[in-house]
Amino acid sequence: MNFNGELLKKLVNTYGPSGDESQIAEVVKNEIKDYLDEIKIDRLGNLIARKKGNGNKIMLAAHMDQIGLLVTDIDEKGFLRFTNIGGISPYVSIGQRVIFKNGIIGVIYMEPMEDMGKLKLENMYIDIGASSKEDAEKRVSIGDSCVYTAQYYENQNNVISGCIDDRIGCYILIEAIKELKESNNDIYFVFTSQEEVGLRGAKTSAYSIDPDFGIAIDITGSGDTPKAKRFAVGLDKGAAIKVKDQSIIVNPLVKDFMIRAAKENNILYQLEVLEHGGTDSGAIHLTKEGIPSGVISVPTRYVHTPSETIAKNDVNNCISLLLSLINMKIEF
Amino acid sequence: MLLKRLTEARGISGNENEVRELIINEIKDYVDDIHIDRIGNIIAFKRGEVNTPRLMIAAHMDEVGLMITKIEESGLLKFTFVGGIDQRVLVSKQVIIGNKKINGVIGSKPIHMQKKTEWKKALDYKELYIDIGVSNKEEAEKLVKIGEYASFLSNYIEFGDNLVKAKSLDDRVGCSILINTLKTNTKLSIYGIFTVMEEIGLVGAGPAAYKIEPDIGIVLEGTTCSDLPGTEGHLQATKLGNGPAISLMDRTTVFNKDLIKSIIDTANKNNIPYQLRRTTFGGNDSGKIHLAKAGSITATISVPCRYIHSPVSVMSKNDYANAEKLLKLFIDNLEKGGFSYEF
Repeated sequence: MNFNGELLKKLVNTYGPSGDESQIAEVVKNEIKDYLDEIKIDRLGNLIARKKGNGNKIMLAAHMDQIGLLVTDIDEKGFLRFTNIGGISPYVSIGQRVIFKNGIIGVIYMEPMEDMGKLKLENMYIDIGASSKEDAEKRVSIGDSCVYTAQYYENQNNVISGCIDDRIGCYILIEAIKELKESNNDIYFVFTSQEEVGLRGAKTSAYSIDPDFGIAIDITGSGDTPKAKRFAVGLDKGAAIKVKDQSIIVNPLVKDFMIRAAKENNILYQLEVLEHGGTDSGAIHLTKEGIPSGVISVPTRYVHTPSETIAKNDVNNCISLLLSLINMKIEF
Repeated sequence: MLLKRLTEARGISGNENEVRELIINEIKDYVDDIHIDRIGNIIAFKRGEVNTPRLMIAAHMDEVGLMITKIEESGLLKFTFVGGIDQRVLVSKQVIIGNKKINGVIGSKPIHMQKKTEWKKALDYKELYIDIGVSNKEEAEKLVKIGEYASFLSNYIEFGDNLVKAKSLDDRVGCSILINTLKTNTKLSIYGIFTVMEEIGLVGAGPAAYKIEPDIGIVLEGTTCSDLPGTEGHLQATKLGNGPAISLMDRTTVFNKDLIKSIIDTANKNNIPYQLRRTTFGGNDSGKIHLAKAGSITATISVPCRYIHSPVSVMSKNDYANAEKLLKLFIDNLEKGGFSYEF
């Protein structure tokens, strides 16, 4: 399987903080529209695409939204104050560049701090090079959101980029859509909104789809860096099959089903027991009367920074695993 | 005066009956259907000529307060919080307790007997008690039961530059605006929902939205106003007198950008002052409303309230009037099809 670096680069460089996913939805839609039977955007901003079939109804979810910053104030000198959209670390943010929906670039910095341990986002600001409040207001308004921007890089084995979380999940779904031959199952590909602020898009889309089986495709952390906390997931060790995180304990039937799919098709996999964090399956599996749900994760280093790092082989294994799963007869 | 009666009524989360009765009496002659759902929300429907978009407007009836947890041998009452209360505001406040409406005061050790270190920090609520003027447990038990609620006693007073001081402006301002809106004729049908138990986790709004399945949800609130010395400019959520506040995002919702823009355009077109709520702390009923079933789009319009969640919250009558006006004009615009959105 070739790695489509051009597609991933386009996805990670498209703007889409939680609650403002229209641009990334448009990009994804253009990639997939020729391959599917139905496609729509719902009220929460989810992009829902369907490949019709007579078998089981399967929902595949990857979130389109990314973490970001929301402008809450513009001061007299034209500096912007902000709050976080999702998990933004003040320390990671120092000196980072951000980009707004209209392409305006700014840099995040901080007031002088005597004790760096006390750094909070409220002590930080964004500088867009404005000379005054009026000047700033010509380019940015209170309520506008921005996201980290950084250069995409790939080599033979790895990709280093911002927003791998979770455009790599979107990439996997898109590539699966293109690879998918005929399937008996009725498959909903959902590019969800607002995952980073609480799995919100997944909640409403799962309600409207009411699937028999749900799979989220998202990134997870890794435990293979110097003095990392104990976590038996690492880069280049295969697609990660989730056992549990803070939002879900995957039903053993689902977990075993996913493991069987990997084994039968000789797909390299690893098991993921994540102590912190959660993803869309957390919302999907509690919908209505409960929906059996699992997660395929891409092991990722430096999560929620502009230098998230992944292995291309893991990504390809995730696509293979997903393709095997959606063609199987669901037995639970 | 409606807001006076609303704020002086008692309705701590889970015990909203007094407020509920008052609201039902106010609106019953103006709406087509009214019922109380199983969790205690008032669901009122006012039929217009147009039913699309399906509009739900919500304000919560409940307020923060105290609950009696123990009656001491001495007849003094121990209590816990219902909802978010700053324990520094409790000392020397008057309260009204339970069904029998017993008067009480929140007491503590007199200053003469406090150690110097005790002067410097606020007393923990566990060191405070409610004194209902009896001398032993048996007498107290005749008046008060464990589990009964104690609400602050605080009159509605108008003062200063068109300001109001009262308890529970959060969210009786929202109730008052919603009542007046239901009393006005509109072409668009409206579901007016007065929710219960917002202050303890948005409890009532979810079941209400699940039942109604709105296209658009508008939440009316009293919100934090910290326009005072000691808070830096960029951390002042709202400013008193600068107009109703429109929320961008809070802990529970990223508000729909098209809907926010439509409300702002309505304000600009009609010269109504407004402000954007500049912090994202806290949450409100929208958190449950926009995620019910397949979801809806929501916005929040708030009246800024200083000293919120205390017995002496303060608002501007101008902000209140402008919030009511803005909501009315927004509904006018909706019924004319002025907000196009693909549902």
